[in-house]
Amino acid sequence: MAAELASQLEERTARRPARVLAVRALGPATILGGIVWAIAQPYRVTLLEPRGEGFWDLLVQPPLLVVVVGALFALAVAPGLVCDLEAEEDRAAAR
Amino acid sequence: MQPRAEIVHWLFATGFLMLGLLLAAEAIVGAAVWRRRAWRRHAWPSLAFALGLLLWPVTVFFTTSTLHMLAHGAWAQVAMLAGAVELALARGKLQSPLWRLTSAAALLVSGAAFLIHEQNPWLFSRAAFLHHALGWTAIVAAVFPVGEALRPRVPAFRIGFALTFVAFAVLLYADRDVAPIFGHLSEQAR
Repeated sequence: MAAELASQLEERTARRPARVLAVRALGPATILGGIVWAIAQPYRVTLLEPRGEGFWDLLVQPPLLVVVVGALFALAVAPGLVCDLEAEEDRAAAR
Repeated sequence: MQPRAEIVHWLFATGFLMLGLLLAAEAIVGAAVWRRRAWRRHAWPSLAFALGLLLWPVTVFFTTSTLHMLAHGAWAQVAMLAGAVELALARGKLQSPLWRLTSAAALLVSGAAFLIHEQNPWLFSRAAFLHHALGWTAIVAAVFPVGEALRPRVPAFRIGFALTFVAFAVLLYADRDVAPIFGHLSEQAR
């Protein structure tokens, strides 16, 4: 019985890092996507050559918008979510 | 000083990308953990509703024909409807998971609006191609909220719903006012 409980606990503990890792990775993965896009299509980043560009073209640069979304998620959403996920898993393990 | 249409598409793509990330995170952690904080429960429905609201000035200022205006108006209405219903579900005002069918209806109407109002073929221009691609993506993706409504405990449907909005974002980011697609650009599009 103790062995069964230990194995269940091991399974839950293995699952937790996977979900925590996945949530933590969403923001950086999005940021990386934006950076890769900026490298692949540098003409979409008007900051690199701002002379002659209009207000909207300087404000709205799609690869940078993707980076901003990823950063916003990583800073504002992921930390609290990971905290709640870990608390939930600890509660489940304690039962 | 009005931005070009493609810039507005990129801004909406940004909104859809955030929507997709929020939905993906909810699918990963599960509804119980996601709903622990009130702001998170309301986050993506509020964003969906806001995108619908913002589509109204787009409808007024950026549409160039009756058909174009009707399509954008349809998107505005169904986005607001789906956001409002999901907000009500988040707040507990509605309980039945069958209300998720509203999101399915929103995707079907949106997809139909894309396909009906795009009168040009796939390879007419990049914008035409994206209209067709977005339209069919929305129609096929309606299966995800249907699945969620009928099988709320299966995470694959929420993951699929999340990836739908990431796909929307990718397609909208690819938009250009005038650009070829796979080397094709009609003389009438120039």
